[in-house]
Amino acid sequence: MAKRPEHSAPPEIFYNEDEAKKYSQNTRIIEIQEEMAERAYELLLLPEDESALVLDIGCGSGLSGSVLEENGHQWIGIDISQAMLDVASDREVEGDLILGDMGQGMCFKAGSFDGAISISAIQWLCNADKSNHVPQKRLYQFFTTLYACLTRNARAVFQFYPENAQQIDMITNQALRSGFYGGVVVDYPNSTKAKKYYLVLMTGGVQQQLPAGLGTEESNTEQISYSKKREMTKNIRGKDVKKSKDWIMHKKERRRQQGNETRLDSKYTGRKRSGRF
Amino acid sequence: MKLLTYNFLTSKCIKKVKVGYPLKLNIMEQKVESTNFNPEFIQRVLPRLDWSAIKIAADSVGCQGFPDEINLETSTNDTELLQKLHHLLLEIEVVTGSLICPETNRIFPITNGIPNMLLNEDEV
Repeated sequence: MAKRPEHSAPPEIFYNEDEAKKYSQNTRIIEIQEEMAERAYELLLLPEDESALVLDIGCGSGLSGSVLEENGHQWIGIDISQAMLDVASDREVEGDLILGDMGQGMCFKAGSFDGAISISAIQWLCNADKSNHVPQKRLYQFFTTLYACLTRNARAVFQFYPENAQQIDMITNQALRSGFYGGVVVDYPNSTKAKKYYLVLMTGGVQQQLPAGLGTEESNTEQISYSKKREMTKNIRGKDVKKSKDWIMHKKERRRQQGNETRLDSKYTGRKRSGRF
Repeated sequence: MKLLTYNFLTSKCIKKVKVGYPLKLNIMEQKVESTNFNPEFIQRVLPRLDWSAIKIAADSVGCQGFPDEINLETSTNDTELLQKLHHLLLEIEVVTGSLICPETNRIFPITNGIPNMLLNEDEV
């Protein structure tokens, strides 16, 4: 299994020029980030047809910011990696960029933003990158200052990659301690590849239900229906089920091609026999 | 850095800073880039703006014609004012300069349009 980036180096070092280049050149990375940004934007539930001011936390090369721009919003992004912000500058994104550490707090005036979005960033807060880092304190500082700079009824949506259940708990606990309501939405929980975690936080007083994760409807039918009949359908591997009429016809063809003496085909070839045989 | 961002930035994450707002603004290099005027956005953001910081920004870049105080109710429909605000907040970019904390005088440099708000270990 590939090493988690957080175990290699602190983010400002891990996201160096070479890594940052991938975010402007590697189509797979770009595609995945865009998809997650669009899903997070969907969960953000900003009012339609209105231009809002959104904070992008861990904005990196501005991929998620571009999704906000496409929907007509203004954004301000913060990231700890100069190299990533340089890529964003080169891409000439419309949003304003700030070099900063989210664990030190969101240095904005109260009630500034209509919403906040973050793609693949907050799991970095769970690891201590310096000797004076206490992850829980940094998470708490982050969430409390974020809560303060959002407007009433604003939402904050974070797509993140938790290493384990303890990290999900640690992050969620600090978020709820800071005054947010909400929880984690999991898309495609049964697929290791497609599974994605979104922390959805709300500041509003009205308790809203968390949206359902994608790909959770099929999991309701847990039982396989019992069937007496042997399935005469084609095998998933693409080969015919053994002894079926198709299989017999194919085998006879093969023998003819090999030059073996084969009986002629007739209406009786591979016919269904009754149970008495 | 646009002046809209300047209106929201504070230095309150530094230990012992009480308010940290408004930051002092030093501009060495600026540029203008026009963008589409969206009056609804300016109206939406208007109540969140601190007017004294607007005056500081306007003086630093040389934009004139801003009143010393505004009345929110009448200003929301004042298209001329909204257009002036759009120009000030979204069309002027500070390329090089610095932001200074009013309480500790700590300098946050702005390079290539990006303000560096990273705090040192002893400031957190």
